[in-house]
Formats: sequence, structure tokens, C-alpha cells
Amino acid sequence: MEVELKTPISEDEVRKLKVGDTLYITGTVVTARDQAHRRALEYVREGKKLPIDFNGLAVYHCGPIVRKVGEEWEVVSAGPTTSKRMEMFEYDFIEKLKARVVIGKGGMGDKTAEACKRFGAVYAAFTGGAGVLAAKAIKRVVGVYWDDLGMPEALWVFEVERFGPLTVAIDSSGRNMFKEAQERSAGMRESALRELGVM
Amino acid sequence: MELEKIIRDTAKNLLKLSAIVLPPTVEKALRDAYERTPEGPGKVQLKAIIDNIEAAKRLKKPICQDTGVVSFYLKVGDDFPLKSGLKRILTEATVEATREVPLRPNAVEILGSNTGTNVGTNIPWVVIELTEGDYLEITAFPKGGGSTNVSQVKMLSPGLGMKGVLTFYIDSLLNAGAAGCPPYFVGVGIGGGENVCVELAKKALLRPIGVRAEGELGKLEEKMIEAGNLLKIGAMGTGEGPTVLNVSIETACRHPASLPVAIVFSCWALRYSTARVAKSGEVEYLTHRGIVLGT
Repeated sequence: MEVELKTPISEDEVRKLKVGDTLYITGTVVTARDQAHRRALEYVREGKKLPIDFNGLAVYHCGPIVRKVGEEWEVVSAGPTTSKRMEMFEYDFIEKLKARVVIGKGGMGDKTAEACKRFGAVYAAFTGGAGVLAAKAIKRVVGVYWDDLGMPEALWVFEVERFGPLTVAIDSSGRNMFKEAQERSAGMRESALRELGVM
Repeated sequence: MELEKIIRDTAKNLLKLSAIVLPPTVEKALRDAYERTPEGPGKVQLKAIIDNIEAAKRLKKPICQDTGVVSFYLKVGDDFPLKSGLKRILTEATVEATREVPLRPNAVEILGSNTGTNVGTNIPWVVIELTEGDYLEITAFPKGGGSTNVSQVKMLSPGLGMKGVLTFYIDSLLNAGAAGCPPYFVGVGIGGGENVCVELAKKALLRPIGVRAEGELGKLEEKMIEAGNLLKIGAMGTGEGPTVLNVSIETACRHPASLPVAIVFSCWALRYSTARVAKSGEVEYLTHRGIVLGT
């Protein structure tokens, strides 16, 4: 099914999404990679106020190429980075900051799936490498925070229009498309080896 | 125009072309994959890939924000006047391309930080082959981090023979899974030594799609594509659509006591671009004929 959601996204809306759905997002998407995840959770622990309220927004695993044209930022290319690296942070990130959609590539693990189920969120995959397609859907850079972390690691706040197509890969029932696919692939090992005359 | 400037401008343009426009054979392989994939998440991913390729061309922007670590493969003719200066010229071209395209700065010093220019210790990596003639052939070959991280090299026990090589190939694919942005192009290097097999595997990726190795190896390449696709990792790991679009094997003789194997993965965005610069200064683009991006 194809679904378009506008931020802020409610828990009810996100709980209707199912693995395999194609999702487009309009509204606010914020990039965060390893360092930004780490710092955001540090802020939460220390009771410090974050520069942006993630509640109902989408967090995007992405280190974009951005350049300044006059006073404005231009997003040149902004495809997803490998999400697995953020697995160690994402449960807390979803619980504490109430992000409703996590966007990245390559899939995430059991802890993230558990958080999606418990707190109402989804993990959605954007096509790896499709940097221009992503940049096209970004209408404006609303702000950038924590730029001391460097261009790829900063929090970039994007205003987006029909950002996608995203494939819902973990839904709020805890179903995990990438994990299921990986298990199916592992089960095909013998057939592949037989095809090659090894077994 | 002096030859040095022609080489620098050509190398810069090759970096730009490789970042923005896929070689036509690579694009065709992806379009064919899209056509034969049934509706579903796999097809959605392939459609996004095709849309992205077209948008990159139209907007003259890098296909992927990871514009890779830069390497150049050169063929230097006996009668081509410039030789030891080439590395410096290519380094300058990389700095300029990084600023102008722009490319993402991807050169990080091992005990330091990102140089910000895509050049630094031993980068760009330059591989030189000597050849007859009076021309210089330059291939710009940037490679992204995602698929590099899942590439594998192993020294097999020779007793395992080709069965060991093929098992290693399947296990490398399973290990890579969705992480390296499939569907994959796979370069396989067998024999030589530690460095030789990896260099062969990377070079194999530069062989045009559709050109098979001769004889038995060519048949094996086809079987490896088929077997790899049985794993159903699928487009971007969705479990649907192709897993492997091509396998190219290059070999060297091995030491009797060793069987080195390298499996080098490229994501769907297999990016390279080749041109020839004649001694006269005339430039001929080989992979990207007639594609002009302008400045």
C-alpha cells in the first residue's frame, strides 16, 4: 500500500503502517548519524534541552553533501547511510525522543524492532545511493545544529515534500523485513552451493 | 594547450563524469533488472535507482553522496612524454574536482583527520601499467565505503580448490547481505598473492559488463551469477529482484602452497570513466562517448 504522512506523525498513524508499504513523508526530516545520536542521548541523560524536538518527526541516517549558495544552503546529494551503526542508540532514541519514523538503509536489528513495537515507530528504508532523488524532495534547509561535528555528522533539519519512496521495513508489530530476508537467504546457501557443484 | 593542463582537465572531467553518469553498460544492466523484476518492494527500489540515475544526469549532481575514495588506473605508452609527473597532476585534478563538482571529502589520515580535499597520504591511489604507443589512458575509479566494507580476502588452503573459492564467494555474499547496496557487481581475483588477488578483483570490476572471461572461467562467471541470485538478497536487501548483476573473474598463477582469493563488491552504482590522451593532446572519451557535462 502507498501512504503519505505529514509531520508531526501521531502514534496512531504510524501503527497503521505495515512491512512492505511504500511511504512518502512531507514535513520535517532531521539527519542524525553516529555522533549526533550519541550526543542527543547524552543531552537527555543530563537533562539538557535539544536544539530540536523530535516528537512526531522522522530521523534520517544520512551524511549529506551540502553547500552554501549566498545565504541559503543547497543540498547537493543526500542518500542514506548504513543504519546498523545506529542500532546501539536507536532504542533509547525512539523511547526518549519519540521520533516516529527512522529512515536509513540496510536494515536494523532486534532492539530497534522492539522499540518500534513498544513505543510506536517504524523503520523505513530509502534506496541506498539515491542521493539526488533524496535531494530533490528536500525543499529547504530549515536549520543546522551541532555543525561542530562536521558536515556529515551535523543535525540537518530539512523541509521535505513527498520524501521517498520509503519501504516500511520494521513496523510497530515488530516485524522486520530485512531480518526475514536475511534468514531466507541463509536458508538458500545449500541450493546455491549445489548449483555451483560444491555440494 | 600544454599537455599537462590537458591531462589535468581530462582527469578532472573523468572524476566528474564517473560521479554523475554511470557507464552505459552499467545503466543498461540496471534497466534490464528493473524490467524483469515483478511489482513489489524490489521493483520500488529499482525504480528509485533508475529515477535517481536520470535525475543525477539532468541536474549534473553526483549519483550518490558517497563519491568514494579516488583511484586512477593508467596505461602509459612508451612514447608518451609525461611519466613521473602524472601522479602530481592527478592529485591536483582530484583537489579541483572535489571543489567544483563538488565531491564529498572522503580522505581521512590514519592518525589524523579528514583532509577535506580527497587527497592525502597515498590518495589518490594510482595504478600504472606500461604499454606500447604514444598515448595515456586514464580511468577514474572512485569507490564508495558501503560496498568496500563488505569486500573480503582470504588465503584458502589449496586442498579446497575451486570448491573452496566458490563457497567463499557464496559466504561473502551472505555476509554482505543488504549492507553494500545490492544488486551487486562482483569482482573475483584468484591467485598471485595477498595484494595480487585484491588488485585483480578490483580490476575485474572494470571489465565491461557482458564481456566474459575466456573458456571455462567465462562459464563459471555465468554460473556464479545464477547461484548468487538463488540467495534472493534482492534489490537493496528487500528479498526481491536481482542480487548479483555480474561476476568477473581475473586470475594469476598461485604459489603451490597457497590459494589467495578476493571478492570485491561494487554497489549498484559501479562508477568509472575512461579517456585516452594522445601525445598530440587530442582526447578521446571511451566509456562516456559524447556525454558533455560542461562546467
